[in-house]
Amino acid sequence: MVGMEVSGTSARVTAREAGLVACRACARVWPAETERCGRCGARLVSRDTASLQKVWAWWIAGLVCYIPANLYPMLVTETLVQSSSNTIVGGAVEIAHHGAYGIAAIILIASVLIPVGKFMAIAFLAISARRGSHVPPTRRQHVYEIVEFIGRWSMIDVFVVAILSALVQLSSVASITPGPAALTFALSVVFTMLSAQSFDSRLIWDRARKNRRDDTQ
Amino acid sequence: MTDAAASLDTDDPRAGRTALGHPLEELIACPSCDALYVAQMPPVGGRAVCDRCHTVLISPKRKAGMRIIALTVAVLILVVSAMFFPFLDIHRLGLGNSASILDAATAFETGPMALLGLATAAVIVVVPLVRMLLILYVLTPVVFDRPPARHARRAFRWSQELKPWSMAEIFAIGCAVALVKVADLAQIGFGPAFWMFSVLVVIVLFNDNYLCTWSVWKSLERPRE
Repeated sequence: MVGMEVSGTSARVTAREAGLVACRACARVWPAETERCGRCGARLVSRDTASLQKVWAWWIAGLVCYIPANLYPMLVTETLVQSSSNTIVGGAVEIAHHGAYGIAAIILIASVLIPVGKFMAIAFLAISARRGSHVPPTRRQHVYEIVEFIGRWSMIDVFVVAILSALVQLSSVASITPGPAALTFALSVVFTMLSAQSFDSRLIWDRARKNRRDDTQ
Repeated sequence: MTDAAASLDTDDPRAGRTALGHPLEELIACPSCDALYVAQMPPVGGRAVCDRCHTVLISPKRKAGMRIIALTVAVLILVVSAMFFPFLDIHRLGLGNSASILDAATAFETGPMALLGLATAAVIVVVPLVRMLLILYVLTPVVFDRPPARHARRAFRWSQELKPWSMAEIFAIGCAVALVKVADLAQIGFGPAFWMFSVLVVIVLFNDNYLCTWSVWKSLERPRE
């Protein structure tokens, strides 16, 4: 059940409109001029105006790291018969050649589809927060929650490389060492996580309210 | 409530505060969309959800504090002991090797890769441990009806900020993927630490479900003596 609402569904009030500033860490509200939350000590900003700049800065850093992550090898495998170094896509293609289409698909989804989708989703959220969008805010809030949830799971690739490099050290028979792409991929994941965290999701809703008010006038 | 709605129509930016007729500490603002509500504790087991963006605002659980403490202690024990047991072991042509979490973290040893090793160790061991210790530090006095510990509020905020960077459960799933990847290269077996981390994944999910941050913040408002 919802806590008693302040003013009914039709004319819902935001903390900002009520002359208050909300703490995003602990949900407490304070008078608009307050600088730090008296309860949890977090810095208070009614709307993070630099939010979109930070989003784009981390977004670009993430993209810049994502490019070499795809060009350089992620893993270098040496066995008795051969030595091979694989990029992310190259590794998936090789696995597909062996007939394991399912695993190849999982790798492609986790390392290519999800990161690329994340870049596009964050860009869409940032652009629509400024320019407005026909996509309803509820839908955009969902997109944001999915991006925040899924972001950390991309680290799985880096952990797999770490585990394999530690484990597969059988002198000359088989050994695996991490390639440079492991580092840039990890950086790319961290930067996109920071990009998503910098986004002030309240901007989604402000814009929607403003549009609706313009429509009614 | 109808009175409040009526007086909000005025253009006075401060109308909200007077119109609500509630002191500030009784209000709650949705962290996702800034909608303002009068906070009302739902019945135990219920949830207060923002009706604009559907973010869960308050979700008190029965005996949550005690359960969280128990689960947190369990996680502490699991992470610490999992550090020293092998995670996976591998055999091929009579040669064998096994890797623990620490081995995985130190697998990146040269140059800039060492940074990656440090980061890996941080997110799979250090951050989860620190987070658990902070939660214990904050919740133990509250659950036993004592005044909050010194700097408890800051500690709790940090524990919440660290949440996305605590990746022990992702590492556990990574193990399963690694297993599939080298299945044709050599024989692989699970070590004790793998099973510990599997349990840990489940506990972490339950633990986050029990933790109602609004309830904790409310309890930390009690002044220290």
